[in-house]
Amino acid sequence: MEKELKEKIPLLEASLVSKRFGNTIALNEATLVCQPGSIHALVGENGAGKSTLIKIVAGVVTPDSGMIKIEGHESTIQSPADAARKGIVPVFQELSLLSDLTVAENIFIVNPPRNQFGLINRSKLKEQTEALCAGLGIEHLDPNALIGELPLAQRQLVEIAKALSHDPKLLILDEGTSALSVQDVEVVFRMIRRIRDQGRSVIFISHRMSEVEEIADTLTIFRDGEDVGSFPMGTVSHEEMVRLMIGRNLDQVFPPKPAPAQEREAMLKVEGLSWDPKLHDINLTVGKGEIVGLGGLDGQGQGELLFALFGVLRGVKGNIRVDGQRVKIQSPSIAASKKIGMALIPEDRKTEGLILPMSIGSNAVLTVIDRLLSQFGLVDRSKESKTIKKMVEQMQVKLESNNAPVRSLSGGNQQKVVIGKWLLTEAQIYLLHDPTRGIDVGTKQEIYQLMRQLADDGASILFFSTELSELVGMCDRVLVLYEGRIFRELVNDQINEEEIVSAALGLNSTRQES
Amino acid sequence: MTSETNTSKGFSIQGWYRNLARDERSVVISYSMIILIIIAGATFITPNFASPNFLTQQLRIASFLGIIAAGQMAVILTGNIDLSIPWTLNLAAVVATSVAAGQNENLAFGVGAAIAIGLIVGLVNGVGVAYLRIPSMVLTLGVNAVLKGITVVYTGSAPQFQQTPEILSKVATEILFGFLPFAVIIWALVSLLQYLVLSRSGLGRKTYAVGNNEIASYLSGVKTPRVLIMVFVLSGVLNALAGLMLAGNAGRSFNEMGDPYLLPAIAAVVVGGTSILGGSGKYVGTIAGVIIIRLLDGALNIVQVSPAAKDVTFGLVILAMLFLYGRAEKVRE
Amino acid sequence: MVSKMNSGQRPGIRRLIFRHFRVLIAFAIMFALMGVTASLNKRFFTPAVITSTSNQSMTLIFAGAAQTSVVITGGIDLSVGSIISMCNSLASALFIEPADGEPVNIANIIFVVVTVLLAGAGAGLINGLIVVYGRLQPIIVTLATSSIFSGIALFLRPRPGGYVPRIYGDILTRRVGQLLPENAFGAEPMGLMAFLENVFDFIPASFIFLLLVLLVVWIPFRRSRLGLWVYAVGSNEGAAYMSGVNVNFAKVSAYVLGGLFAGIGGLFLTAQTLTGDANTGAVFTLQSIAIVVLGGTSLFGGSGGVAGTIAAAIALRFIPNILFFARVNPLQQPLWEGAVILLAVAAGASRIFTVRNRLDTMR
Repeated sequence: MEKELKEKIPLLEASLVSKRFGNTIALNEATLVCQPGSIHALVGENGAGKSTLIKIVAGVVTPDSGMIKIEGHESTIQSPADAARKGIVPVFQELSLLSDLTVAENIFIVNPPRNQFGLINRSKLKEQTEALCAGLGIEHLDPNALIGELPLAQRQLVEIAKALSHDPKLLILDEGTSALSVQDVEVVFRMIRRIRDQGRSVIFISHRMSEVEEIADTLTIFRDGEDVGSFPMGTVSHEEMVRLMIGRNLDQVFPPKPAPAQEREAMLKVEGLSWDPKLHDINLTVGKGEIVGLGGLDGQGQGELLFALFGVLRGVKGNIRVDGQRVKIQSPSIAASKKIGMALIPEDRKTEGLILPMSIGSNAVLTVIDRLLSQFGLVDRSKESKTIKKMVEQMQVKLESNNAPVRSLSGGNQQKVVIGKWLLTEAQIYLLHDPTRGIDVGTKQEIYQLMRQLADDGASILFFSTELSELVGMCDRVLVLYEGRIFRELVNDQINEEEIVSAALGLNSTRQES
Repeated sequence: MTSETNTSKGFSIQGWYRNLARDERSVVISYSMIILIIIAGATFITPNFASPNFLTQQLRIASFLGIIAAGQMAVILTGNIDLSIPWTLNLAAVVATSVAAGQNENLAFGVGAAIAIGLIVGLVNGVGVAYLRIPSMVLTLGVNAVLKGITVVYTGSAPQFQQTPEILSKVATEILFGFLPFAVIIWALVSLLQYLVLSRSGLGRKTYAVGNNEIASYLSGVKTPRVLIMVFVLSGVLNALAGLMLAGNAGRSFNEMGDPYLLPAIAAVVVGGTSILGGSGKYVGTIAGVIIIRLLDGALNIVQVSPAAKDVTFGLVILAMLFLYGRAEKVRE
Repeated sequence: MVSKMNSGQRPGIRRLIFRHFRVLIAFAIMFALMGVTASLNKRFFTPAVITSTSNQSMTLIFAGAAQTSVVITGGIDLSVGSIISMCNSLASALFIEPADGEPVNIANIIFVVVTVLLAGAGAGLINGLIVVYGRLQPIIVTLATSSIFSGIALFLRPRPGGYVPRIYGDILTRRVGQLLPENAFGAEPMGLMAFLENVFDFIPASFIFLLLVLLVVWIPFRRSRLGLWVYAVGSNEGAAYMSGVNVNFAKVSAYVLGGLFAGIGGLFLTAQTLTGDANTGAVFTLQSIAIVVLGGTSLFGGSGGVAGTIAAAIALRFIPNILFFARVNPLQQPLWEGAVILLAVAAGASRIFTVRNRLDTMR
């Protein structure tokens, strides 16, 4: 009787948790209840608040408000070390491994085995690591290899092994399987099933729906910082889940596509582009006024392709033609020059797109500063403020002052500045790397409208997105990359989620290479 | 990057201060510090401390450090550091005096040679940092060692003329109209140039951008290697100029004449509110930093405290200023 | 792929070479320069020359070890030289000159050694506390404290001088053979005993001292959990924090260790010069940074160690010897030293040409 009662106490209960970052509300009174002996999946679009919630639970982020109970006891989690003491151990997307240390040192960093002098017992450390790996079903992992020498997938396994070495009551896997092959995912799944069977719990975040369906017992859906539904697995349909995740009807979001064009004039033409070992023999054309999508799973070379075109990578082979002229692009400054007219919206706006501590104005004019000089070589301030004003108006950036640091803007407005500063260059070719990631729905709409507007005005857009619906809704053509090659080209009514997904997985039932 | 204050609800000092950005606050703090030192000096040491004569002399001596700090600041703004100051200025001074051979009519050649040396050193440092990606701290350290070697060989192998031409000495020491040292005019010109470069020119904007985030600057089409090379060249040339002035001040060039200026130059830049990590700081702050360092030295010289107390005071003042600026940042976060 | 897991790994020896490549380079340079020195100086392998070479390298070695400890965390210590000066001045101020005819006061020597070591470690502690809890940049904090420590040095020893017991200097700077009691190997040693006597006559006491310091200080540190944490912090502070490492404790400890090494350097310098001088340590600050880099420790932290630093310090000491025996004009000595430092530093940059994503060079 008493035992039964005890089992009903949730292992983790986070109620009405809120968190703001600047002007962005990352979590808005979100609640998550995690029962012992369960695998609990969190799903939601990027920026829905899942990651923030588990960072709070893991002691990395302090919540603004809300209550957290562990096994029925209210508690505050002060640091990752504190979380570990309370039995909560996370495995994050950004790896927490130390590349200069060995596998064994990483796994047992907090409490390595020591000899009678208090020094680390290396042979015992190796033994413990081997025993742990064997127990987890991880084979062929050298405990003395440096993390920096290992491929990504093995590092991820080490990360999970490290988390499990703490014997957690609650293991959190945030995209813990995204770098793993199918076989390795099976290894991980065996581990977490065993944890569940021991009466402990796992919180599992993955964007691979198939994995979620295979492993999870319970499912909580997040949208815009709130939990919008929690169900036992298998009680809701796919359509219902998707509807809850996006909370809107798909076809309203995107501006109408123009009728499929006849022959477009080629603006960007890439022939035989290679960059070992990530890109192989890429051939593509982007016409004037065309939006070409880049699809595929994460890390199939899409980011490298954009960087290669923009002059960031060294040792790129192949030809690039812009407007018929063969060009050599050896740096972003050449790519951005008037002659070539390229623009890149990079993947991470905080580290690659913007200079966060600097003002909105300074960020906006950085791409065109050399065009704003007066005859003495000084920046013409009236020209500068006109330029900034033009950008702010065109992009409808919501700001208090041009002089405020760009960091003070919300994510969506930050991204508008990134795009706006490139519009000022009057670029003709736009390379977009997931430009809508982590920004609010309204801004997304504005960006979609803008992209279509640019294309209608004759610009060429190469658009990499990890969101299928965007590729389907926005693109005139979609190129799906798989292991560094263009695996399929989808046109017209081939552009739908099923075709993209099957091509992304390297499946090709209706093979028709162009 | 000027700040707009809301004056609609009346003006209050606290409100005005609160509205300032971090780099603007440090300018306020550093100039308040100058006033504080002068008042304290005049009150506790000697009324002479606030006298125009004394301050004029202090400014004259400060100009040498001021010219060096101007170059160092540009380098620090990019997140780098130039440790080749001492022997760049030393070699420049030694070569200049020997080329000029004490003759006023040869001075132009001497100055030309000195500036050329500064230029070349700056180019070597800049290329090494920008293209070879050698950490500036060790690269400029190595360059400094090589320059020392060159200077020692140059001064030691043959008899050299070390006296400076009269004009150079006058430039460094003369006080016009009884209140305006010529050296200060040169420092002011350098400062005007540096202010225009850092605050008003395209290069200046890019310097701050690179110092804050080199990757984002590079991806925005900024030619980041060129920016790095330019700041090191600027630093090299200004060091050479400072070498000329210091030689003029002493009446001759001599080995190890630059060694006492390396750490004070860095300290002046930091005390002036520039972040040692780069990307933030105002040039007017650096001027204040130089004056603070100079006035402290002057004050401690007057009271004739032991060199020991002087060193300790310097260290404590630098730390205190750092804490003041550090706190400013904390409040905002 | 589980089955392909071994693909990224190298067999033992090759992996070891690959991992410690830059440290091995430092040793290679050291042995090469030693070879050149020996070939130029026929008397190189005599007890006197070896001992003086060892003695001349030793303070720089300890300064380098001090710098290494801090650089491993990704920091830098510009106060190394001042701590050495301060410790040298402190020692010279604390030694008590015995009255005529009185024996040397051994208790006083022990007291001085312990006090100086505590002063060095204390200086490091101050650096560490300000850097960690003041959340300020190491380079500028240690610039400021360096001024403070050299002020203290000047306070303790305004002018060069002071008494240092002869025996204290002898213990650290002579040859082991000279320190052993006479006839330690018998009145007229034969066979093994004669051999041992010769061997001990060859070994500089300073070398034994260095081994002792490594054995008592560095190796326990390197092999302790704390040492692991210090490397972890230097490798990636954020990841170390996420892993539950006590980042603040590790960082402060590294500065304390650095201060301790600088204190040991001050003790040795005192033995070598037999006097106190408040300006004597200044040259070691920048030199220590140079040899740390030459010795293969990354300025970004997380890798390297004192072995490479020691090799680099010794290598640097050979340059004046080589130039002397090659009859190069002594005036050229700083130039050659500078050139070697610059070349070695630039050689470390060669990897830049293998980086294929230009952004990787900017991180």
